[in-house]
Amino acid sequence: MPRASMWLIRLSLLYLAAGAAIGALMLVGKAGGRLGWTLALRPAHQDLLIAGWMLQLVFGVAFWILPRLPERSRSEGTPRLVVVAVLLNAGVLAAAWGGVAAEPALAAGGRAAQLAAALLFATIAWRRIRRYGLGAEAARLSGPGGH
Amino acid sequence: MPLLTRWFLRSAIVCLLIALALGALSAALPGAPAGPAFAPFALHLLVVGWATQMIFGVAYWMFPRVLPGRSFGSPVLGWTAFAGLNAGLLLRAGFEPWAALRGSGPWTGVALAASALFQLAAVLGMVALLWRRVAER
Repeated sequence: MPRASMWLIRLSLLYLAAGAAIGALMLVGKAGGRLGWTLALRPAHQDLLIAGWMLQLVFGVAFWILPRLPERSRSEGTPRLVVVAVLLNAGVLAAAWGGVAAEPALAAGGRAAQLAAALLFATIAWRRIRRYGLGAEAARLSGPGGH
Repeated sequence: MPLLTRWFLRSAIVCLLIALALGALSAALPGAPAGPAFAPFALHLLVVGWATQMIFGVAYWMFPRVLPGRSFGSPVLGWTAFAGLNAGLLLRAGFEPWAALRGSGPWTGVALAASALFQLAAVLGMVALLWRRVAER
């Protein structure tokens, strides 16, 4: 597993733990009592788990698992993946905080950062989505209609 | 495929089917008061019962194993996660809609707190198990 994938997956596990802890507080808060205020944390619960946990896990695993182009090194795409990680994590935190604090501009900025992270990730993954065992030359010749 | 993975994956599929059935029922009976009461549970059945449980099962199976011995990691943590996640969801199935429909009483509070604890313990157990297996190779 490349180091960049390792860090994305570990970050996703941290978001899972944090998002689940918030969710546990919210579930207890549904019974009323002193934890009723935790229901206002729902935007953070959602952002931490959907983008911070699931999306980040998928990015990390995909960077590790998708077939590499034969002529490229193992670290190909790593600098871009670091930028993806920075954008995604800043986006998750901004959207979560913006949602909880009712700051729409911050939440929108966070979502825009998440979108930028996803677009940049697409540029890493796009060419690696292909048949196993297909050499670079064969991939070029087979074109988009190849199997 | 290890035994724990098979249990995670089969349980995930059951959760998916129940969640989709709840969604179909809710769509078929739009005015029923139980629809909104069951909606949060149905959503969590999808994202926790189906997606997260599927991820846990596949990650336990496919993530790099710990050397020496290529171990899957602590079976106690793994089975605790499986039991906690599903026990938490079962408790939630009964008491979250009940609290929404009838208001919460002392037993509802205890049951929801237990459900929250079980699910949180499950997640923390699986995070602890997978953490060591997420390593540079």
